Amino acid sequence: MSEHTTSVANGRRFTGFVSIREQQHQGMITLRGDLHSDIVSKAIFEITGCAVPAQRCVERADTCAVAWMSPDELLIFCPYSSVANKEARLSRAVAEEFATVVNVSDARAVFDISGPAWRDALAKLCPVDFVALTEGEIRRTRAAQVAAAIWVSGPEDVRLVCFRSVSGYVFDLLCTAAAPGSEPALYG
Amino acid sequence: MSHRLAQGGRLIDRSATVRFTFNGKHYSGFAGDTLAAGLLANDQTLLGRSFKYHRPRGVVASGAEEPNALVGLGKGDRFEPNQRATTTELFEGLVAESQNHWPSLEFDLLALNSLVPQFLTAGFYYKTFIQPRAFWKHVYEPIIRRSAGLGKAPSAKTRDPDRYEQIYAFCDVLIIGGGIAGLQAALTAAQAGVQVMLWEQAANWGGRAPVDGVFIDGKPADEWIKKTVETLEKMQNVRMRLRCMGAGIHDHGYVLGYERITDHTPESDAPRHRLWRLRAGQIITATGAIERPLSFAGNDVPGVMLASAMRDYLVNHAIAAGKNVVVVTNNDDAYRTAIALRKAGIGIPAVVDARTEVEGALVEEARRLGIRILAGKGIRKVIGHKQVKGVEICRIDSKGTAYTEKFDCDAVAMSGGWSPVVHLWSHCGGKLIWDDSRSFFRPDADRPPLGLDGSAFVLACGTANGDMGAVLAGAHQTSLAIARTHQPTASAPAPASDSVSDEAPMEPVWIMPRNAEYDLRMKMWLDFQNDVKVADVQLAAREGYQSVEHTKRYTTLGMATDQGKLSNINGLAVLSDALGQPVPVTGTTTFRPPYTPISLGAIAAEARGALFQHLRQTPLHDWHAANHAEWEPVGQWRRPYTYRNPGETRQQAVNREVKAARENVALLDASTLGKILVTGPDAGKFLDMLYTNMMSTLAPGKCRYGLMCNENGFLMDDGVVARIDAQSFLVHTTSGGADHVHAWMEDWLQCEWWDWKVHTVNLTEQFAQIAVVGPKARSLLERLGGMDLGKEALPFMEWRAGQLGGIDTRVFRISFSGELSFEIAVPASKGRAFWDRLLEEGRDLGVMPYGTEALHILRAEKGFIMIGDETDGTVIPQDLGLSWAISKKKSDFLGKRGMERVAMTDPLRWKLVGLETLDGSVLPHGALAVCSGKNANGQVRTEGRVTSTYFSETLGRGIAMGLVERGPERLGEELLFAGAGNTRIKVRIVDPVVYDKEGARQNV
Repeated sequence: MSEHTTSVANGRRFTGFVSIREQQHQGMITLRGDLHSDIVSKAIFEITGCAVPAQRCVERADTCAVAWMSPDELLIFCPYSSVANKEARLSRAVAEEFATVVNVSDARAVFDISGPAWRDALAKLCPVDFVALTEGEIRRTRAAQVAAAIWVSGPEDVRLVCFRSVSGYVFDLLCTAAAPGSEPALYG
Repeated sequence: MSHRLAQGGRLIDRSATVRFTFNGKHYSGFAGDTLAAGLLANDQTLLGRSFKYHRPRGVVASGAEEPNALVGLGKGDRFEPNQRATTTELFEGLVAESQNHWPSLEFDLLALNSLVPQFLTAGFYYKTFIQPRAFWKHVYEPIIRRSAGLGKAPSAKTRDPDRYEQIYAFCDVLIIGGGIAGLQAALTAAQAGVQVMLWEQAANWGGRAPVDGVFIDGKPADEWIKKTVETLEKMQNVRMRLRCMGAGIHDHGYVLGYERITDHTPESDAPRHRLWRLRAGQIITATGAIERPLSFAGNDVPGVMLASAMRDYLVNHAIAAGKNVVVVTNNDDAYRTAIALRKAGIGIPAVVDARTEVEGALVEEARRLGIRILAGKGIRKVIGHKQVKGVEICRIDSKGTAYTEKFDCDAVAMSGGWSPVVHLWSHCGGKLIWDDSRSFFRPDADRPPLGLDGSAFVLACGTANGDMGAVLAGAHQTSLAIARTHQPTASAPAPASDSVSDEAPMEPVWIMPRNAEYDLRMKMWLDFQNDVKVADVQLAAREGYQSVEHTKRYTTLGMATDQGKLSNINGLAVLSDALGQPVPVTGTTTFRPPYTPISLGAIAAEARGALFQHLRQTPLHDWHAANHAEWEPVGQWRRPYTYRNPGETRQQAVNREVKAARENVALLDASTLGKILVTGPDAGKFLDMLYTNMMSTLAPGKCRYGLMCNENGFLMDDGVVARIDAQSFLVHTTSGGADHVHAWMEDWLQCEWWDWKVHTVNLTEQFAQIAVVGPKARSLLERLGGMDLGKEALPFMEWRAGQLGGIDTRVFRISFSGELSFEIAVPASKGRAFWDRLLEEGRDLGVMPYGTEALHILRAEKGFIMIGDETDGTVIPQDLGLSWAISKKKSDFLGKRGMERVAMTDPLRWKLVGLETLDGSVLPHGALAVCSGKNANGQVRTEGRVTSTYFSETLGRGIAMGLVERGPERLGEELLFAGAGNTRIKVRIVDPVVYDKEGARQNV
């Protein structure tokens, strides 16, 4: 499947009945702690501009987005270059809390999937009812054999986050699912 | 002879000729034909040979229930055996071949089996081939394998070039079956506002209704079907699939659907099959009914077909199965076939009706057409071998010793009544009820499959529910009731009104004639595909088989690829009669998914070739691949086993790498090591529970090796823990154990110690980790600059953060090789740059990468254990001389109590020692130390086993470790290890550390 790859330096790309683009150098910070605490929500707002998202939701502001990952975990998306600074500031801001802030930018891979039929492509890989997953929501699931998180970032855009070591597998999966001629016309 | 009529055929397009071959012979059919129709149109009625007797067999049915017309389809990479000709749509260039004959379809030597059918009666194999014992494997089995069986498996060399996929879907109501009942159910549910999925296994909507002369609102059913499909297609809340079979219903509304997307258009870009994995709120089975054969002698001769199938071929494909067709029946429905054939100009010598009183609308119509009706009669036997030539008639209540009349004919249409398709209803526990008046099992609405709330999640409608007359009203009601469980006020317009001709009651006939003698009974086929006859089932009953499940397995009734779709009810009725009990007392065998076989391709879907498994790749993977890495699987990772330069043997490459690490400097990609951040006020307390030794006392900046056991005390994982700060630890796990250890931690934190303030974050993939190993390691790193890595600044078993060559790093001074060693973690995205830099800077130092085999040799020379080599889930730390790593101060840790059990403190436990062969050779992997005497099982007694064994380049001889009974007490003793064959290898027990015992080299 590597023939689909254009330039690894710029991230892998493929165009099928949806287009797939690897988003390289996406800054990501994990925060674990009490998401209802004032200290945490204040820190998140000051450093990302976002409110703490509701369950299974994503908040966005300017260059940042904050995604709900579990009852005590957030994933913060921010520019790669600002990760060190934001990680340090967040750590300081929640120092009094039982909370953990850690840079995971290099531990994950991110794929942007675009096109009106993105649901039809992902329905082949993820056991998800995409009717029940609306814009601004995120859910953790699997893509075939590996863990994945899916964030519906726009009307025709979705962002898939997986672990770095399996990014080649996930890219090939997405290319296969989006192969021209294989449109299942499920979500129409 | 079977032939195409000049007119008619509702499914065919006469303007589109389709060419195909069967056994190399060229034929043509029309678009809309199935392969079976295409062959029948060309009078090719002989399609295959039966399983045991190699009897000639032809098409008997027209759909998924077909037992006989199985062919090998396609060629080369696309060859597929056991494909039903009746459900294979014809396409241009289709290639088919018949199966199970030797040497040819027309002349089959193994048909000799048929001349002495008493040889292969029920239980024949069990009774005959049991003695002498040795003959089974070498004589009987090879012969039976040639004789018995269906299609041949594709060649192992072929690779399926087609694509397959799966899809996950959700709906409120799934309707399986697109006949008129299913269409009505879909329409009602859709109009009531719920999300509907509708599947039909065939290529057309409407099912049997148009063929059976159903009228809807006073017009032929076709019109209503067309209109309803158009309506449904326009509705936003409806999804419809043709060629999609409901394969299985499982708990919680989980349904597998098998969509055959391009079987009929093989040149298409689309995937060939798609497996639907659907969650439905409720499921309606509208799967129709299957006609039953009648059991008369010779009912398997090509030309004998189900009456309904003959009608299907006539109405749908304009094919008459013969010029003169005798119809034999116990019910009115078969008269429809007689009437349709007669109207098409086919000769009907007689309708042979087992009932003594024959009245009713359909019968009258047949009489008006001048068809002769023989009441109270049956077929004594079919004349003909490869093709029906005629039938002999006898009284239905007779023994059939002589015939009363004889007819010439070239086809026989038989109808033994109908059986609702209850398979899907039954998959998830739906119970059946015996309908005595119509002699069939139908779904018992009072005992349906139950969902998680205790209410029915599968309902049946139409003929699948046993509604043999009008079906639309019932389908509407069922569907509306379901819609109302989603939306209590849901409503839908009243359905159209459907009607069929009234039918007089049928009369069960399980054997024809009823008192047939043995010579007839052993020619009455129940299971066509597995060659099970009436006489076989009766024999089983006489031999004491009472359970239908046992009889099935003894006789193989219903065990073929068609799973007894035609034979099931007839077989258990014969069994019931033989046992002298009513059919419902005997009951049915179990209906299991899939309804018909589904392709392995659809089950595998995308998981093949490069996507077979997810391979995990380190940030350095591409470099390894480009530099002669030979891969070793470690968990889901691929790690370089060695880097084998051109011209080297594998062993030479490994030896070179070991030497580089011992004498100069070598690099290991250790990125696969698990790296779990454990933080929080209770992190120290938590790690004290997880590890056998004390971790809470570790000072920031320091590292400690630790052991992790499960609750039973067995060693599970090991690694180095680094204390980051007052509240944080970085836990290093084995490469294969990272995910498990992380899950283990979360399990304890979430389920047991939920109030402890500890967070874990798996950072394994955040870092590339590179071990820089060897006496020149420090010199190499100093060239990069940025950190003081001197002995005082960074002592052994400590770590520092800083920058090396401008890259953020954590440098751990730990050693798994016994050499001066630094493990350096850098962000994964910088891993390759850092690695390249090390190789460049160290070129004159002789730097080179080493793989996992060299890693193993280096650690084995030092007596370091490896999880998975020295441990196997039954080994405790004490067995490995690791008592020093078990804290005596801690009141508790996971595994502590397990280690105190009697078996764990047994002084005779096998314990770790070094093993040195007297001749310097390398011991075989896993070899056992044998001693005198036998154990309770009569096996040679053993007293130890090899756990790790290598050739040591450093020492110039084989080295090994192993577990030996009381090993450490027996240093210097000699043991005998079993080698290849009966050889014995003399081995001396030695210290496991064979290199730098005092540890001076790593501590420089």
